[in-house]
Amino acid sequence: MFDFSTWIDLPLIWGGLIATAVFLYVFLDGFDLGCGILFPFAPSDQCRNKIMNSIAPFWDGNETWLVLGGGGLFAAFPVAYAVLMPALYMPVILMLIGLIFRGVAFEFRFKTDGRDRRYWDIAFHGGSLLAAFMQGMILGNFVQGVTVEGRSFAGGALDWANGFAVVTGIAVIFGYALLGATWLIMKTDKQTQDWARKAARYVVFFVFIGMVIVSISMPFIDPRISDLWFSVPNIFFLLPIPLCTAIAFIMLWRDLHSARECRPFLLSIALFFLAYLGIGISLFPWIVPFSFTVWDAAAASTSQSLLLVGALVFLPIILIYTAYSYYIFRGKSDEHSHY
Amino acid sequence: MLGLELDAVLLARIQFAFTISFHIVFPAFTIGLASWLAVIEGLYLKTGEKRYEDIYRMWVKIFAVCFGMGVVSGVVMSYQFGTNWSVFSDKTGNVIGPLLGYEVLTAFFLEASFLGIMLFGWGRVSKKMHFVSTVIVAVGTLISAFWILSANSWMQTPQGFEIGDDGLLYPTNWIEIIFNPSFPYRFFHMVVAAYLTTAFVVGGVSAYYLWRGRHQKHARIMFAMAMMMAVFVAPVQLLIGHAHGENTMHYQPVKVAAMEGNWERGGNKPLYLFGIPNEETETTDYGVKVPNGASWVLTGQADGEIPGLKDVAKEDRPPVIWVFWSFRVMVGLGMAMILTGVCAAVLFFRKRLFTSRLFQLWCMAMTPSGFIALLAGWFVTEIGRQPYTAYGVIRTSESISPVAAEQVAISLILFIIVYTLIFGAGSYYILKLIGKGPSVKKDKGAYYGHTMEASVTKKLTTKDS
Ligand code: HDD
Ligand code: HEM
Ligand code: HEM
Repeated sequence: MFDFSTWIDLPLIWGGLIATAVFLYVFLDGFDLGCGILFPFAPSDQCRNKIMNSIAPFWDGNETWLVLGGGGLFAAFPVAYAVLMPALYMPVILMLIGLIFRGVAFEFRFKTDGRDRRYWDIAFHGGSLLAAFMQGMILGNFVQGVTVEGRSFAGGALDWANGFAVVTGIAVIFGYALLGATWLIMKTDKQTQDWARKAARYVVFFVFIGMVIVSISMPFIDPRISDLWFSVPNIFFLLPIPLCTAIAFIMLWRDLHSARECRPFLLSIALFFLAYLGIGISLFPWIVPFSFTVWDAAAASTSQSLLLVGALVFLPIILIYTAYSYYIFRGKSDEHSHY
Repeated sequence: MLGLELDAVLLARIQFAFTISFHIVFPAFTIGLASWLAVIEGLYLKTGEKRYEDIYRMWVKIFAVCFGMGVVSGVVMSYQFGTNWSVFSDKTGNVIGPLLGYEVLTAFFLEASFLGIMLFGWGRVSKKMHFVSTVIVAVGTLISAFWILSANSWMQTPQGFEIGDDGLLYPTNWIEIIFNPSFPYRFFHMVVAAYLTTAFVVGGVSAYYLWRGRHQKHARIMFAMAMMMAVFVAPVQLLIGHAHGENTMHYQPVKVAAMEGNWERGGNKPLYLFGIPNEETETTDYGVKVPNGASWVLTGQADGEIPGLKDVAKEDRPPVIWVFWSFRVMVGLGMAMILTGVCAAVLFFRKRLFTSRLFQLWCMAMTPSGFIALLAGWFVTEIGRQPYTAYGVIRTSESISPVAAEQVAISLILFIIVYTLIFGAGSYYILKLIGKGPSVKKDKGAYYGHTMEASVTKKLTTKDS
């Protein structure tokens, strides 16, 4: 039985790996959920076909990062998984149901035309919207922490339904819409691209507001967070994050008024990354905020070691073939049905 | 209060049983179909025969629909351990967490990424690369089966761990955990079950075409391949299943007692063809039996000793009648599959394999047999493991999440509605695709329409004109 715990800080590494998986999920599935959110507002059916085709080869791979996030949490921090899932029971179930509709809509939509297709368009949009909103609510609840007794969730059935979570839910919807719109600027042309650019300009405004609200309220959630950000040496180290965010917003705004095709998407990812980093720093080292740190919740070191070997071997391979698949489907998307 | 707690357990069990039964139907079919499609595409590359390509294109659409439903219902499964069985997850996370983690790392990403190329990559990658993608997807489904069945088998025959002072399970030997005693049997039995399921669907569909006199040339290929599976693989399943049963008798004797409807341990036990196990009187009533049959099948001797349900206290027994009857449904259908193979062989030598209308009707009726046998098999395995989630280690009633029964009830109702809807729509589209059959039209335009090759040729031709 091998065990790396004497050489390295396994829980810390696993915390980092899971945070990375979740971030990859957020920005990868974020752009295809965003496409689903914007879907009904596209000017024509032709545009909608292009939107669908631009993400059809990728959505499944993107969603797999969610499975890795969940599976990784189960494997590396069982107690965190066992506390958070019951605490977030309803939002998780509703998110899954949203993802079901979103996922099958791809396959079913390709098989139909006419009236039927409308239903799957609705399922695609509704599913994406529901999944995005619930992911936002999960985030909102996560940062507030959950009620724990011993090794179990001990809060009420409706704890998850609170105002802050609704705000984060809406913010995530707009955030994903921004990712989706900028993705489409990159992957489509002509009418669809013009529309996507217009949509992005509209959405970016709400993303900005959402980020401001969430950033302002974060320090009020727990004194530890405000101490972290506003004590004297820290504030200088952490200042670059809000500054970079502001710069990214300004650049994005200008790009959206120019003919740039790729940079807006990269800037949107940067915005997400900065926001994510901000939250990550605020909550470190909690894996169930204010109840379990990564060290409290860590699985047996032998379990973490075994899976770490797998992650180190397979994650690079996964990244390579994922990149290969994006490379195969590079270029602008078209409106024809594929099969 | 007690009533409410019990309800939460029952509801969670029903929800888990419902969602996983729904899920497994799709993997079972896609595991078989992926391997078969790889063979078909391989044959196409080797022979250049257009019919293989038509067959591939027809079934790859059905594959896509099933795969999609498999993925979305699978994502639900991976979160249900936490939402509904959080105490179980907490206790066993050290042991089965890594197995599921490996499944994601080694299988799910592989399947998902290369599926994109398999479905949308025609003309964007070379024919060889496309074939390679199909093979990778097929291998991915098998890897996935490997890990998930390892996890499930560990829950049936747990070993390689110790229980810490904190009540949690700690791994001591990974090889013992992954290759636990029931795993090899379960893995092969399940993979073969998946292949048979697919074979009987393909066989039923092609029988329908033959019967209606449509797509004859394609139908013959499909029918012949399906019947080969029935001839050669169905008997193998009987042998694996038999070995599986012997293994189970060793590690989970009570489960075997329930399968056989046997109450008293002892020799000379009959094999019940029919019967109604009665948990009140602890007898199996209305038995139609083969004397000494059970002893003979399980031990090879007429007086061999086989375990009885009374070996353990009442509260440690599974719900007998479910196990007993699910087992009969599975084995019965397995026998029907073998019979199909025998008939196919006989008809083949009489040169009537493709023309016997009665046999075509029979094969059409057998279309869902794989799915039913497979579900029945899982019911035997899972219900027979009760009242434990990890056999002999953790009870089902101790595994449950601290979630209010009302919430579980709501989510269960939601799942039933959503799954019924999705399943209905999915079946409808699959039937439509089957109705359409392999298309021999040169629909290259639509198919290759967006591809690079097509756009290049388009550009060239427009330049010329
Ligand atoms: C014997 C095979 C088998 C069994 C018993 C199960 N699965 Fe499954 N599962 C598959 C075989 C499979 C597959 C063939 O690999 C699928 C089918 C369609 C697909 O995309 O992959 C799949 C898909 C699939 C996915 C989606 C993967 C993706 O995003 O691409 C998840 C998360 C799970 N499964 C999880 C589970 C869990 C938690 C199970 C048990 C409780 C389970 N599966 C039982
Ligand atoms: C894929 C095919 C499977 C089917 C059809 C199936 C079926 C079932 C059924 C019918 C039950 C309910 C038993 C009862 O309540 O009496 C159940 C329970 C359960 N199964 Fe499975 N199962 C499958 C695979 C798995 C796998 C692969 C795992 C784990 C890795 C698993 C873990 C569980 C757990 C945790 C329960 C809940 C506790 C219980 O009621 O036993 N199952 N399953
Ligand atoms: C032909 C005779 C067959 C025999 C003697 C047989 C035997 C068995 C036994 C003893 C088990 C329970 C093992 C346990 O839980 O300990 C089992 C489970 C199962 N059977 Fe069969 N089986 C047969 C045919 C089939 C067929 C035709 C299918 C499907 C096409 C099938 C699918 C399954 C599945 C999916 C399971 C649950 C997973 C597992 O435990 O392997 N079986 N079988």
